[in-house]
Amino acid sequence: MYDRRSFIGASAAGALALALPPRMAFAKAETDKRFVFIIQRGAADGLGIVAPVGDPAFVGARGDLAADFATAAKLDSMFALHPELSVLGGLYTKKQALFAHAVASPYRDRSHFDGQNVLESGGTSAYQVKDGWLNRLLGVLPPTEAKAIAVSATVPLALRGPHDVSSYAPSGLPQASDDLMQRVTMLYQGDSQLHALWSEAMNTRQLTSDLAGGGGANAAATGALAARLLAPADGARIAMIETGGWDTHTQQRQRLAGQLKGLDAMIAALQTGLGPLWNDTMVLVATEFGRTVAVNGTGGTDHGTGTAAMLIGGGVRGGRVLADWPGLSPAALFEARDLKPTLQLDAFIGGAVAGHFGVDPARTMAALFPESKRVAAVRGLV
Amino acid sequence: MTKASIALNRFGLGARGDQPVPTDPLGWLTGQFAKYDPVPDVIASAPTSAGVSAELADYFRQQRALRAQQGAKPAAPPAAAAVAMPGAAPVGLQMGAQPVQPRTPVPGAVPPPGKDDAMRQARQFAQRTGRGDYAGAVGARATNALVTETPFVERLVHFWANHFAVSADKLEVIGLSGTLEFEAIRPHVLGSFRDMLLAVEQHPAMLLYLDQAVSVGPTSPLGLKIAARGNRKVGLNENLAREILELHTLGVRTGYTQADVTEFARAMTGWTVAGIGRGPGSAAAGTDGLPGDFVFAAPLHEPGDRMIMGKRYPAGGVEQARAVLFDVAIAPATATHIATKLARHFAGDTPPPAMVERLQTAFLTSGGDLPTLYRALIASPEAWVEQPVKFKTPWEWTISSMRALNVKVADPQVIVGLLNQLGQPTWKPGQPIGFDDIAGSWAGPDAVLRRVEAAERFAARAGNIDARALAPKLLPGSVSPATQTALANCESPAQAVALLLVAPEFMRR
Repeated sequence: MYDRRSFIGASAAGALALALPPRMAFAKAETDKRFVFIIQRGAADGLGIVAPVGDPAFVGARGDLAADFATAAKLDSMFALHPELSVLGGLYTKKQALFAHAVASPYRDRSHFDGQNVLESGGTSAYQVKDGWLNRLLGVLPPTEAKAIAVSATVPLALRGPHDVSSYAPSGLPQASDDLMQRVTMLYQGDSQLHALWSEAMNTRQLTSDLAGGGGANAAATGALAARLLAPADGARIAMIETGGWDTHTQQRQRLAGQLKGLDAMIAALQTGLGPLWNDTMVLVATEFGRTVAVNGTGGTDHGTGTAAMLIGGGVRGGRVLADWPGLSPAALFEARDLKPTLQLDAFIGGAVAGHFGVDPARTMAALFPESKRVAAVRGLV
Repeated sequence: MTKASIALNRFGLGARGDQPVPTDPLGWLTGQFAKYDPVPDVIASAPTSAGVSAELADYFRQQRALRAQQGAKPAAPPAAAAVAMPGAAPVGLQMGAQPVQPRTPVPGAVPPPGKDDAMRQARQFAQRTGRGDYAGAVGARATNALVTETPFVERLVHFWANHFAVSADKLEVIGLSGTLEFEAIRPHVLGSFRDMLLAVEQHPAMLLYLDQAVSVGPTSPLGLKIAARGNRKVGLNENLAREILELHTLGVRTGYTQADVTEFARAMTGWTVAGIGRGPGSAAAGTDGLPGDFVFAAPLHEPGDRMIMGKRYPAGGVEQARAVLFDVAIAPATATHIATKLARHFAGDTPPPAMVERLQTAFLTSGGDLPTLYRALIASPEAWVEQPVKFKTPWEWTISSMRALNVKVADPQVIVGLLNQLGQPTWKPGQPIGFDDIAGSWAGPDAVLRRVEAAERFAARAGNIDARALAPKLLPGSVSPATQTALANCESPAQAVALLLVAPEFMRR
């Protein structure tokens, strides 16, 4: 298999580079790439997912919440993975999962809604950029790959913008009759908004007509559904899945374990459903911000700053935790309460996406995160 | 859209097919203030927070009894184990040797057979009861919206319930979610914002949803006692305090700091619920009042003065946090926040700045008098522009469809299921910010497809209705020629009804 990284690195081969088409052409030639963004709404606790068990302050700060890691698999000398993430742990061993820690978007306050707005829009402050970075990614890709779907009834901000995207979630309603559908098609012809939505709905319906009985009631079913939407040659190349329930102000130990079990099952279902395409798939898991280092008075944690993000898939250079670890001692914390961010989520996402689709990192950063232009994308993720 | 169509659809909940079109649209709107009934029969017979709380209290009692039957204390208290760890543990962890505190069950803690089953059954029963209360309340809300004589005021009730959102996710909140709207919003929708705010923040659904009921002042009498016993798992929870400032009143990024949030959370300690709270404070809260009553539990209250946004609030009891609430209720930032959301609801996803300013002034000069604010809203030309300015939410579309077809009673289970399918489960936005109020969140391809599916089902049960005659009653003077032609060409009356319900002019308001 051709190793694009070593080619790019080989700057001596100037003559060779001239003789070959620009790099975009390489991306086009291997166009089976799939990308899935799983958003964790509610501020997922990175310290409770990829735990810095080697940090001397960890157990003291985390009390009861640290106990889950007593028997957890170690990722390296510093970090251990939550025991509910067994599939992810297996992928890590196979070098198909990478965790980034002490990571944060440019947002530095603690509102979920503003934080999610920054995470999804790709701005540096809330409501500054009107559409989503995942939608703008479609503009960077060749038209054949620029097809995206939201695995939900409505389109989340990250996918909203100038490029058409579709949405799909299994419906429990009986399907409308074909004749009515045709009449609706005609009636919507003069209404640009409804016409666009309806066309997308009709295209998606054809693609998934054999899914009527499919569940979606739980995380595994959603993962399997996303895989079915991504697998066909003319299916979507980019999918976004929304997950909630991460805002663990109380009883975090039980609640986070349940959440992670679901996430693990979702990843497993994606992998199974994508089959051989898994080798060309990248899954990004990210949240708006992290949670306090200290446990609060109700067995939970409050809104914080730095957290963890994940890249999973056959093409990911996994089996490692990417972290410039700031430490958990009181003096090392951000505003004396939160994990201090040392890695920009923007740069991480930009580097991951650019590497995965084989597009220029600087161009990708400019398109996806226009306000973070000066930040260099993280290299070497794939 | 004509003025009559705007009054019926943008301000109201959609026309009923069996009622005349108002001849004086503005008078029809303002006349509703005198006619509004905060407790119509259907709401009066819906579940109450007292009833739901009594059920929850029974369940918690049962659980405690079952746990007590299990005999000796189960396992070593996990908190003590955690406290013992810090010295040596990290080394063990780093080396990957010496597993720290493997959580194997202590033999004596295994419950005798049967107890687990009883616990599970009790929990399942409590969940079923909660879901039954929830469905009953959703049914009451929908039925009332179908038959109300004051649909504009009812729309405002729905608006405020979403502004002060709780989400029916946790066991304690499922059955209580609707009672917040019935007991804290409905009585105050034509009163003052301040009174509505206080009623909401003292309602059991809100106190439980945003964890206020488990917050304990670290140096309060109870906090000190618990700390002395070495239990670190007790203390402040700033969830409600933060969301009051961010979502309910001032709005995000309006100048308050993390320190203000924490100070406010300290002032709020002691605000809790009788009988159905959890955690170490529940005993302190349960001594007076019936289950579900708001109580101020002095033993949980953090003593001392509080400094919040530059103002000193002297030490005291329940009045300390109430004074903060009363101040933020009439703050300019709150006025801007409320004005922006109202303008967005009636004049379009991007609220016109001039209208926001006008509403803000009405709010501030009247001290948050809501009818004054609504009059300024009705008087705003931006709310009367002829093009439809809003894409209906699933709730709005469902209620307007059922009203159009003269439905008078909503079956609770059917309406709950339908709103789930359409993507807006009632009182269950999943987040304290409530449901979005912009088209981008509702106008998805799949969402439109589902409305078409639901419309066909409505139409199949609508009986003998001529959509060609119905359309001008629902949308007086506002049916497009394209829609008229499409309705006339349908192959059956039912098909025409379905098509009318998803016509562009009926999908928006």
